[in-house]
Amino acid sequence: MTTQPLLSVDALSVQFRTREGTVTALQDVSLRVGKGEVLGIVGESGSGKSVTAYTVIGLLGEAGRAVNGAATYDGLALTGAAEKDLRDLRGREISMIFQNPRAALNPIRPVGRQIEDVLLRHAQASRMNVRDKALAMLEKVRIVDPELRYGSYPFELSGGMCQRVMIAMALACDPRLLIADEPTTGLDVTTQKATMDLIRDLTRERHMSVVLITHDLGMAAAYCDRIVVMQKGRVVESASVRDLFVNPTHPYTKKLIAASPGPHSELADLTAVPDELEGAAPPAAPVAPPIPAPAGDDLLEVIDLVKEFPRQDAPGRWPWQKRDPEKAVFRAVDHVSFSLKRGESLGLVGESGCGKSTTSSIITRLLDPTAGDVIFAGENVTSFSAAAFARLPQRRKIQMVFQDPHDSLNPRFTARDCIAEPLRRLLGMSGGREIGARIDELADRVGLPRDLLTRFPHQLSGGQKARVGIARAIAVDPLMLVLDEPTSALDVSVQAVVLQLLDRLKREMGMSYIFVSHDLNVVRLLCERVIVMNRGRIVETGTADEVLNNPREAYTRTLVQAIPHFEPGRL
Amino acid sequence: MRTKILQVGRRLLQALPSVFGIIVISFVLTRALPGDPAVYFAGAMADKVSIEQVRKSLGLDRGWVEQFGIYVDNLAHGNMGMSLSTGRPVSEELLSRLPASIELTLLGLGLAVLVAVPLGVLAATRPGSWIDHLCRLLVTAGVSLPTFFTGLFLIYVFYFLLGWAPSPLGRLDILYLSPPQVTGFYTIDSLLAGDLETFAASLAQLVLPAATLGLFALAPIARMTRAAMLGALASDYVRTAKANGLSRATVLGTYAFRNAALPVLTTLGMVFSFLLGANVLVEKVFSWPGIGSFAIEALVASDYAAVQGFVLSMALLFVAVNLAIDLVLTLVDPRVGLDD
Repeated sequence: MTTQPLLSVDALSVQFRTREGTVTALQDVSLRVGKGEVLGIVGESGSGKSVTAYTVIGLLGEAGRAVNGAATYDGLALTGAAEKDLRDLRGREISMIFQNPRAALNPIRPVGRQIEDVLLRHAQASRMNVRDKALAMLEKVRIVDPELRYGSYPFELSGGMCQRVMIAMALACDPRLLIADEPTTGLDVTTQKATMDLIRDLTRERHMSVVLITHDLGMAAAYCDRIVVMQKGRVVESASVRDLFVNPTHPYTKKLIAASPGPHSELADLTAVPDELEGAAPPAAPVAPPIPAPAGDDLLEVIDLVKEFPRQDAPGRWPWQKRDPEKAVFRAVDHVSFSLKRGESLGLVGESGCGKSTTSSIITRLLDPTAGDVIFAGENVTSFSAAAFARLPQRRKIQMVFQDPHDSLNPRFTARDCIAEPLRRLLGMSGGREIGARIDELADRVGLPRDLLTRFPHQLSGGQKARVGIARAIAVDPLMLVLDEPTSALDVSVQAVVLQLLDRLKREMGMSYIFVSHDLNVVRLLCERVIVMNRGRIVETGTADEVLNNPREAYTRTLVQAIPHFEPGRL
Repeated sequence: MRTKILQVGRRLLQALPSVFGIIVISFVLTRALPGDPAVYFAGAMADKVSIEQVRKSLGLDRGWVEQFGIYVDNLAHGNMGMSLSTGRPVSEELLSRLPASIELTLLGLGLAVLVAVPLGVLAATRPGSWIDHLCRLLVTAGVSLPTFFTGLFLIYVFYFLLGWAPSPLGRLDILYLSPPQVTGFYTIDSLLAGDLETFAASLAQLVLPAATLGLFALAPIARMTRAAMLGALASDYVRTAKANGLSRATVLGTYAFRNAALPVLTTLGMVFSFLLGANVLVEKVFSWPGIGSFAIEALVASDYAAVQGFVLSMALLFVAVNLAIDLVLTLVDPRVGLDD
């Protein structure tokens, strides 16, 4: 690291004008990025990490304004610079890549042309050679068959490929600083690893500096030299990776580190650090004595399940030509069999498209299987049509908790209405007082303060919405919960609390869980047994610790190794 | 490319059922008239012999299926029956008046697009500015003022008070001869004939009715442009374009506007269809000899063959316009046709 930083931010404060008045998004933020250094900015949602990046690159928009402090790039003032000068700088000196790469590319312009736009804008190529340069960039980011992909539209590419195109655009003009804003959120772990390795290799090769914005401490540990921890618009700690994990000084950093599930952490450890800043967490309801699970009794049995979808994209065929029946269908679930005992929890793990969500949807009878049986509590539920099953008494014994706590709540329903819905529909309860009492009891059980019950989803925080979703699911005393990535949209500290809540509920109510997730470390905390799926098939089954620490199959090994994590002992 | 051709072919095929449906409905409608259709079609002055003649030509003395066969066969030969009020074949009447209506509609739509699209774009790029408020005002006015009122109001101001516009009586002032017919559009025909004077005169006649239609069409287009543009400007891909330092023109044009143009194009198809309907009133107000005023006269005179012909040709025009818009969208938007 040289003495002269490439980027320095000094005592930066940013305010936003909103309808409710001015909101301070950043306060006294200072950070430095040296030449060739990789700086991680870590924090949970609302910490101001993205706002910092947008301020630096001048994309704050009309509503935001830097009220104090300065950002300097290589001796050049960025705050207060004319838009025209910033425009010359962006893409040429400082580039940025974003999360959700598919949406971040122009949907109706071939990706090659989008790379060309950047090259031409910064006069890095002439009309004559711009196509070659764009193709060279596509090759650089290891896109197979760049000639073919040059003319592709973003919707024809996978998320990982779109992010590669974004990287190609960002690096096309050889900038000296790359800002990566959650570049791999929403991508599979193996894709995430490939993408991050690519960013690391390409930026090292060019001696570039990188600012990596992430919520994932594991990723920051794996790819950064130094880490800045932000909370509520302030920098709370700034240290080298080793110092930060071995010797965190700020309580918030300690809390974050504890809450990030690693390969050896225990559920109780996640909130081991008391929350000094926000006061004590809401008191949990008194723990009822756990109902002993009757061992050896199978609650659910899935036998030889197959689900096929018709293919739309069977390539290059005229309608009058006969289609190969094998190629006309896509087999999402391919002869899957497993069983689940009462009181047991089972993790379904795999990357997107592996069939884990399809399997869980068939179990809850939201989808009809092509072949195979699902036997729940001694009865074959696949023999009923989905509509008929909805009226069966078994239906209420299976409940779901969904991935997005916000989108899975009706925006026009208060928390109380949401929880009352299954009570009315499935239990046929009608007395207002009876329902009210039950809702209050459920709210206590999931740790949702009763005075929040009258609020609408948009007035609740992510963790509170997750609690409403859980309360709704357990309202009818189900035997089994299907949890479809219930914590992937939550901040780590909230995730920690929700995982503990789920674990406690399971013990108290003697429920079985099917926990669908892409994150092996999270699954391990909650599940006794894990099933790893790939391309519709079961790759490996075993106890959670076995699979995670001693995987038998090569695919599982790749999956486990791709998870970015930190182990303070090994740094 | 091949998939595109397939999609276009599929879309063309999809138009066939609607055309067939239209023919069936227009057939059933006339047969569903209370009483004897032959009496209606023959008119009030008909005697027994002519009623029988009409009955025969309509095939009303035969079975339903056969009647339908005759009806389709007649249509295929361009035979829509005779107009009672003019005594000429309906198809001939409609064809001779269609250019007048289309010329007016296209000019009205063109005016609306020319004003509405830039207005919507400017309003979206400068939210809260005076141009945004102007956009809102025009949209509200366009939605809330009925065309016959706007038409009369424009005549009152520009013809009666100011005297700028020629008298609102048809396509051309009686002082001029209509240009030799090539396309049927007076403006184009006069230009083709090299007759600038007639061109100016026919354009002058067109301005007020076209402006009336344009004001009506402006509202949905401007509103859609503004909304689509706001959406595009707030999108992730525009953020990317800005983050790569692309010029303002590229960001607004290539990135934001081209994406925003897709929903606007869809709206355009709808608006064109509305305009065909709105035409009827505007043509009446301006004594425009188009198919709208022909249809009203036919309706008043209980000229059923003419009304039937009008309904049928309007419906076919609807289908054709929407087909054209869909085809353009299929060719412009790479994503179209994936999820059907």
